Amino acid sequence: MADSTDNIIVDTATRIFQDLCEPNTVNEAEQGVWPKALWDALEESGLTLTWVPDELGGAGATLADGFAVLRASGRFAAPVPLAETLMAGWLLTQAGIAVPGGPLTIAPIHADGRIGLTADGALSGRARRVPFARSAGHITVLAHRGNETVVALVAAAGLSIRRSTSLAGEPRDDVSFDGAFPDDVRPTAIDQDLLVCFGAAVRLQQIAGALEKILEQSVQYALDRSQFGRPIAKFQAVQHNLATLAGEVAAASAAADAAAEACSHPDIAISEIAIAKVRGGEAAGTGAAIAHQVHGAMGFTYEHSLHHATRRLWAWREEFGNEAVWAARLGRMVAERGADELWPFITAES
Amino acid sequence: MTTPSFRFDPVELPPEAKDLRREVRAFLRQEIEAGTFSPYRGKGSFSREFSRKVGAMGWIGMTWPTKYGGHERSHLERYVVTEEMLAARAPTRAHSTADRQSGPVILRYGQEEIKEKILPQIARGELCFCIGLSEPNSGSDVFAASTRATKTDGGWLVNGRKIWTSGAHQADYMIALLRTSPPTKENRRHGLTQFLVEMKTPGISTRPIINLTGSHDFNEVVFDDAFLPDSHLIGEVDMAWKQATDELAYERSGPDRWIETFPALVELVRLAGEEPSERLAEGIGREVAHLATLRRMSLSVAGMLQAGKTPSVEAAVVKDLGTNFEQALPDKVRLLAPPPGDALPDTNDDRFEEALRYSTLIAPKLTIQGGTREVLRGIIARGLGLR
Repeated sequence: MADSTDNIIVDTATRIFQDLCEPNTVNEAEQGVWPKALWDALEESGLTLTWVPDELGGAGATLADGFAVLRASGRFAAPVPLAETLMAGWLLTQAGIAVPGGPLTIAPIHADGRIGLTADGALSGRARRVPFARSAGHITVLAHRGNETVVALVAAAGLSIRRSTSLAGEPRDDVSFDGAFPDDVRPTAIDQDLLVCFGAAVRLQQIAGALEKILEQSVQYALDRSQFGRPIAKFQAVQHNLATLAGEVAAASAAADAAAEACSHPDIAISEIAIAKVRGGEAAGTGAAIAHQVHGAMGFTYEHSLHHATRRLWAWREEFGNEAVWAARLGRMVAERGADELWPFITAES
Repeated sequence: MTTPSFRFDPVELPPEAKDLRREVRAFLRQEIEAGTFSPYRGKGSFSREFSRKVGAMGWIGMTWPTKYGGHERSHLERYVVTEEMLAARAPTRAHSTADRQSGPVILRYGQEEIKEKILPQIARGELCFCIGLSEPNSGSDVFAASTRATKTDGGWLVNGRKIWTSGAHQADYMIALLRTSPPTKENRRHGLTQFLVEMKTPGISTRPIINLTGSHDFNEVVFDDAFLPDSHLIGEVDMAWKQATDELAYERSGPDRWIETFPALVELVRLAGEEPSERLAEGIGREVAHLATLRRMSLSVAGMLQAGKTPSVEAAVVKDLGTNFEQALPDKVRLLAPPPGDALPDTNDDRFEEALRYSTLIAPKLTIQGGTREVLRGIIARGLGLR
């Protein structure tokens, strides 16, 4: 978890977060203050277009670079729609639509999401809990025109947006698209299931980043905080809790890697996403609980920044399918193949 | 300040490892069809005949130099062979300890004449090893060992007792940790030395200790003026503590640290059928997610070994996660399984029950052998800078 990696894109992102995404920035964002300096720096550095190719005016970085940037954003609890803008860029680019500037988001985000595109070219339907809808200049919508799936780019201004928040205090707004005319519409090979898979991989990076952060905070706190005449880090019970946390962080990180890798293939291996979201989601819960236990009452205050990461962990593990949803799907895949195919299934990707 | 979080970089198996997996599966299928072993019975047992066949295939000592009978293949290829053997419950016990642990120690620290004599025999699947670490008063506290090796003409005289020694009654050799000097004030781990011990040596006697599954695996090994020649000294006198860390990296991260109770999950999937209830599907999916992630991390450690690193903390992380998973698995399986009842058809096929019983019975030892959970978490805590 060095501050400097051999990846210039990640280093750039980390520097921006270090300078412009302080704990206070995160708190203010929750009170409704748009972190303009942070967003502008991300946009000026080209990081918001990480997944847009050079020829379309983007940074043309690899999928892996983008995922690594999102892991860094998770570490800093960056209260901006960077993940959503990257995903929108990915969706638009795949469909051949030019990517507009400014913050973007995507809709719908749920597996049962269904937005229609009528014959007269207007959108219809509603999407719930769209991340950062109120902050976005445009929304990238996966819509259905008859049997065809299309990507539609629509300006957020004029849409009916009902404000709501995640339990981390981030905007998750309900958006009605009824009667809205998109700026551009193109057919796409990506369907809602694939979008949810990709979203899960994105959230896993943010989860892995936030877990790295709370491990760092918890170790530091245990070394700094003295009770019974010595730092609590010297107590075996605390050491074992932190060792368990380190294991969960490592597992979530490996899971996030697996999901990112799965996304780099044209056919995203759904089983890999399922495995990763179950394991990463579980690590988010277990990890947050240990971090809070180590921090004691201090970590339960609004003043302490621990909740920037832990509340996001609790929110992110729910999005794009929680552990129960993915585990059941994975279990059905395993059962369909049968007992004697379980081992080949586990070793299939290698 | 930033804390090191442990990295498990992804490993992609090279094409030759994929071919190898197919070869190993074909070999195992043949052996199962020939009746050599059953993939549905407990843990692969002890068969010198099977070990010699594996040796003949070139699958023991895979990473060692050809000069010593090895095959100069990668740690990743070795990993594939190991996990396939374990998943099939093949009877590897006559060679697995030597292949995993004893051979690498001899290769790294043994004297040349011993390397030339012993390693090729291990690689042919002809030698069985056991590990002489624990003693009545030295369990997790490995460096408290008191079984003495006293210098004498041309060698060493050994007196004392080792206990909980798995497979000592079947082994040809032991690698023993013996006291050659008292510990020093500065270093309580000082004064222990590793030796190669031929089990047939006069003065060594082995007594069985039956474990709770009813099997004979444990032993007590008593040394009464047993003579070890100088050539059997491994590494530096009094300095075994320096040699121990990389041995643990080899021992602690392999597939044997998360796969022991896997048959219970396989049989649950069989019981579940093609269309399991939502609850059963979710339960199976959760365990599979854990298993697949563990395997990925464990494979990553093999990649670190291949890159010449000594990932002892990472290995401890994998073993802690892996053994906790495999220990908890039988209980998860038990509660997920449809309850048995009189309506079930008469059948002799009690694979599920057999797998569950076996897994339940061995579960307690999984977080003890090869370093207890408490010891591992101590190692991880040290890696985090807490001690």
